[in-house]
Amino acid sequence: MSSPESPRIIGSLADLPDSARGAAHLVWWGNLGFMLIEGTGFVLAVGCYLFLSSASAAWPPAGDPLPSLWWSSIFTLALIASEIPNLWVKRRSGEHDAAAVRLGVLAMTAIGLILLFLRACEIAALQPSWHQDAYASVMWMLVILHSSHIVTDWGDTLVQALWLHTHQIGDDQFADVEDNCNYWTFVVVAWLPLYAVIYWLPRFA
Amino acid sequence: MTQKGHLAFLLPLASCAGAQTPLAPAGDQAAGQYSLLLLMLWVCGILYMLVLGFLAMGLWRLRRGAPAGNEPTLETPSDAVLGKTLWIWAAIIVVGLLLLAGASFLLERRLAAAEAREALLVRVSGHQWWWRIAYRDPRNGSWIETANELHLPVGTTARIELGSADVIHSFWVPNVAGKMDVIPGRANAIDVTPRRIGWFRGQCAEFCGLQHAKMAFDVKVETPAQFAGWLALQARPAPAPEDAAALRGMEIVTRGACAMCHSVRGTSARGRPGPDLTHVASRRMIAAGTLAMNRGNLQGWIAQPQALKPGTLMLPVTLEPRDANAVAQYLGQLK
Amino acid sequence: MTATAAGPGDSRAAQLRQTWRDPPGLWGFLTTVDHKRIAARYIVTTLFLLFLAGMLAMDMRLQLSAPGLHRMDPQLYNESFSLHGSTMLFLVSVPVMEAMALWLVPLMLGQRNMAFPRLAAFSYWLYLGGVLMLWLPHAVNITPDLGWFEYPPLSGPAYSPGHRADIWAQMITFTEVAALAASVNVAMTILKLRPPGMTLAKMPLFLWAMLVASLMTIFALPAVMLATSMLIADRLVSTHFFSPSGGGDALLFQHLFWFFGHPEVYIIFVPAVGFVSAIVETFARRPIFGYAAMVLSVLAIGILAFGLWVHHMFAVGLPRLGNDFYTAASMTIALPAGIQIFCWIATIWGGRPRLATPMLWVIGFIITFVIGGLSGVMTASAPLDLQLTDTYFIVAHFHYVLVGGAIFPLLGAFCYWYPKATGRLMSEKLGTLAFALIVGGFNLGFFPMHILGLWGMPRRVYTYPAGMGWGTLNLVATIGSAVAVVGGLVFVANALWSFWYGRRVGADPWGGPTLEWAARSPPPPHNFDLVLCVDSLTPLWKKELTAFDGLALDRREMLVTTVMEAEPIYRQNSVGPSIWPLMSALAVTLLFVGSIFTPWALVWGAVPVAIALTFWFWPTRARASTGPLGRRR
Ligand code: HEA
Ligand code: HEA
Ligand code: HEC
Ligand code: CUA
Ligand SMILES: [Cu+2]
Repeated sequence: MSSPESPRIIGSLADLPDSARGAAHLVWWGNLGFMLIEGTGFVLAVGCYLFLSSASAAWPPAGDPLPSLWWSSIFTLALIASEIPNLWVKRRSGEHDAAAVRLGVLAMTAIGLILLFLRACEIAALQPSWHQDAYASVMWMLVILHSSHIVTDWGDTLVQALWLHTHQIGDDQFADVEDNCNYWTFVVVAWLPLYAVIYWLPRFA
Repeated sequence: MTQKGHLAFLLPLASCAGAQTPLAPAGDQAAGQYSLLLLMLWVCGILYMLVLGFLAMGLWRLRRGAPAGNEPTLETPSDAVLGKTLWIWAAIIVVGLLLLAGASFLLERRLAAAEAREALLVRVSGHQWWWRIAYRDPRNGSWIETANELHLPVGTTARIELGSADVIHSFWVPNVAGKMDVIPGRANAIDVTPRRIGWFRGQCAEFCGLQHAKMAFDVKVETPAQFAGWLALQARPAPAPEDAAALRGMEIVTRGACAMCHSVRGTSARGRPGPDLTHVASRRMIAAGTLAMNRGNLQGWIAQPQALKPGTLMLPVTLEPRDANAVAQYLGQLK
Repeated sequence: MTATAAGPGDSRAAQLRQTWRDPPGLWGFLTTVDHKRIAARYIVTTLFLLFLAGMLAMDMRLQLSAPGLHRMDPQLYNESFSLHGSTMLFLVSVPVMEAMALWLVPLMLGQRNMAFPRLAAFSYWLYLGGVLMLWLPHAVNITPDLGWFEYPPLSGPAYSPGHRADIWAQMITFTEVAALAASVNVAMTILKLRPPGMTLAKMPLFLWAMLVASLMTIFALPAVMLATSMLIADRLVSTHFFSPSGGGDALLFQHLFWFFGHPEVYIIFVPAVGFVSAIVETFARRPIFGYAAMVLSVLAIGILAFGLWVHHMFAVGLPRLGNDFYTAASMTIALPAGIQIFCWIATIWGGRPRLATPMLWVIGFIITFVIGGLSGVMTASAPLDLQLTDTYFIVAHFHYVLVGGAIFPLLGAFCYWYPKATGRLMSEKLGTLAFALIVGGFNLGFFPMHILGLWGMPRRVYTYPAGMGWGTLNLVATIGSAVAVVGGLVFVANALWSFWYGRRVGADPWGGPTLEWAARSPPPPHNFDLVLCVDSLTPLWKKELTAFDGLALDRREMLVTTVMEAEPIYRQNSVGPSIWPLMSALAVTLLFVGSIFTPWALVWGAVPVAIALTFWFWPTRARASTGPLGRRR
């Protein structure tokens, strides 16, 4: 068959909406793609931790202290608590409540700052230093890997807050806020197994 | 299937095979691998012929019958038959795979079973780019060290413990057995059971840096009596120099730079970074299979190691021509 | 769709062309987000590198053509195979497949662009950064020299001082970020931008293949990025991931690398499955036989591929039971692969094939790839692999599968879609000549390597002694490779000649069944005037084609549909040209290159990255009229 005739037009798409939210929205899927990539990274990093721990006679190796629970647990609790405002922002943006969204994103930026501070305290308490041995190296790797996600998401939220306060919010931006909230949830959920592995596994294994 | 029957199939290949090939097995392990290879070649060869035949007939059909029209067909009546054939094809593949996986599994068992027959313990450690070899003396349990030449008694299963001094290497004597990697921080070992007397060649099979290409070694499979004699010789300290030149050579070796890196048992040379030279002249090759052992090569090697094996970790030591001659004279007597 | 439609269609086309056009000149070149332009430069870059790396291979072949040659010293040889292998796998095979997807996927979906146009541009620029990362240092003689996988401790701080290993590791980070960006883009485009009616069950096999390859990329690539980052950390900040003395484990690197490395080879092969399926269907003049079986096979390969990595590590001394498991799993792949081979031949059998050059390449592919697949099955046997691994048998295996299984289909695909991209046919005569030289020369050159491997020749050796008996076959291998390279030059000459003098053709010179053949050749910036509908696997092989209109003409708009059933949901605004993908890529380059020298680059390097990304994603909308920061009226 040679090239086709011009197609017959059977309808118009002009009546379709020009944006969507949740899983209907294109960007939601892009976000999902990157969460899959990073999630795989986390899983593999935990895999490295377990691999090294299973190859070692004592874990932590003789002479290394157990990881300190104090700041890490405060951080973890605060991180979990941040889900409450986060989910609230997500719901508000689903309802296109511009005022609430502006406030909520700003609040999340402030909360992020507090969490970064707590994370800094946690890192300051990490013992021993990463160049001590493989145990320390892999522990630091997990913490740094997760911290980099907090930093990026915090930067993202900050820029978003600035934008939201200076511009009129359209449907697509509400969808963006939702995606940012989803990403934060991902950052929170990803930490829980890491916390368990870094801080509790050496105590039980 | 017998070994002989297969041999005809691979004869043109195997006849050219030298002292470093899995196609001329001289040990239990290599023989098992060789049989498995032949089975594989048969199964895969038949399947390949089936694919080619099917493709050729498909193309042939079109040459005879098909009209040259360009219109696509959407009805495809032959698909029912092809659909059934697909099932048959899938079944053939499954049977083929079961056969091959089963045979591999059995061979793996056989390789593992050799552990029960270990009668000799050898330690081989990989260095950039040569091999340190040590035997446990069956009489007193002490270790007898040599380098770059492995001797094995025929019909005895030897356990070869593999260690690395630096990076990853791989121990491979294809005529006798497959490879085993030599990994720092890991205690690997391989069992070998040679069955044929002769000289074979082994080579490092894992890329280990600049001179990975020249990290070979000789393997001599001999009768247990010959082996015992050889080992007793290796256990002895170095022979005393026979003439004045050699005496001078010994002084240079033991007092000079050489002793930093080399040991000559029975003298004050106790360096560890390089190969043991106590009986270096009893070996067939020097510098990990790079040069044949003779006076000329010894002297050349001492003068210009970097020219003969660029990058080797043996540093050139500047010697007067007369001294170089003396050193070579001495080393040449270290049988 | 075709240029024949007069009247309102013409003004629609003209308006759309205006809307989707790039700015003229250099600025347009730097800012474009047109998937066809991005893909074209991607493809040209990869082919150029294929040529460079091929020349390196010829250099190696000359060195090996006789025993004991001194034309290359060991250092140069080691650099050559490292650069050859790294380039071929990281800078040619994987990116070229993504590039083909960037070019073809929107066209095959009847869409106007990718889901994330700027991400596509970013992916290319970052890939280019990876290319420069490897080849610029090569120009000043800091070439990686430890192969395409650099095992520690050899690549660790103690045995590889200097920056050769860092460059290799960071080149990987570049190309993998680029590949991940491309894969997310391709996968989401295929999932969310399908035309109305193209349910998953009516999706051409090429799209299935690209979807699976993209998902595999998403799950496989993080492993190698982790491995190389850990290697850099060991080298730069004295961590101990891989150093046994500090409690680390050298094998961890190998596990991570091959957890990526094995899927990687199918990430290269699976798109080729898509090419072959498309070509066979068109030239057999019938729908592909066994569509469902083919889809299941591709999915099976995609899933199984993640359970095989240990077959690259049979000689490291893992427990034998584990090895048996990986043997069985590796061999299982032969079932889906064998089914695919069957379905293609059955399609030929049940159709009325035309032997144009793309179809010749398919035949060359089947003949060659199956040999490589079968040698793969042999090496999959753990006890047998102990004899085969790290010999020329393996070199033969992976060239048969890579060249025969991926490059041949790629060259076929190049001939097949060439008229779509350029509006001109390639010469059949030159094409046949190139085909004969490449396929003949390749087989002549690489078949002897199986035998060399069985005669005990290890890989990665810069020379070998005369007494080994390897000289003759190595000479044959060199001659065969030279013939193949001559064929490659004929191929390139044909592509160039046809670009200016080839016979002009219309939209659908081969009578293809899928939507890309409904666009003009070459496609205009917006690809299609209307949103085509699909109700079968071969929509163009029907009497009548239907379509929707109603997408904006004066704005860039695309139709988003549901994932399973491809039902229209909404009209998505599609972004236009932007310089920020390029700026972001430059900023990321600064960060990556800096981090070879100091870990602090991760901190200060993040600032420009953040700025560039902010501009990239900054939505343009009216200023707020309320709030403290809003515009006062
Ligand atoms: C496109 C790339 C590609 C593809 C498709 C494959 C396909 C396969 N590969 Fe290969 N492989 C590589 C690229 C690829 N490989 C590379 C680059 C390396 C080397 C890396 C390095 O060390 O540098 C490698 C190395 C490699 C090894 C490690 C060898 C070693 O280092 O010791 C192994 C071991 O199992 C292996 C196995 C397989 C198998 C079982 C398949 C299967 O998928 C093949 C399946 C296909 C068929 C079997 C043919 C068709 C089927 C039939 C006709 C049905 C009937 C068949 C039977 C019943 C047997 N490959
Ligand atoms: C896709 C991947 C790919 C390709 C195409 C090739 C192509 C070739 N390779 Fe390579 N090779 C590798 C991947 C590849 N290789 C890898 C991964 C390694 C391992 C490296 C390592 O150990 O770390 C390796 C290693 C390797 C070695 C072993 C080195 C060693 O272990 O010491 C040798 C030796 O002969 C070799 C030779 C060749 C030759 C002669 C060609 C070709 O020249 C063959 C002939 C050419 C073609 C069939 C293509 C020609 C087509 C064109 C030029 C068309 C271009 C088209 C346009 C521009 C439109 N290669
Ligand atoms: C810096 C350390 C070093 C010094 C000094 C040194 N060598 Fe070596 N030597 C080596 C190493 C390492 C090898 C193994 C080289 C190889 O095969 O790549 C070697 C190999 C040899 C061999 C070959 C051994 C064999 O079994 O293959 C001989 C003989 C030899 N050295 C003699 C000497 C003499 C004589 C001197 C002094 C004049 C000397 N060496 C000085 C390190 C050294
Ligand atoms: Cu030692 Cu290669
Ligand atoms: Cu593999």
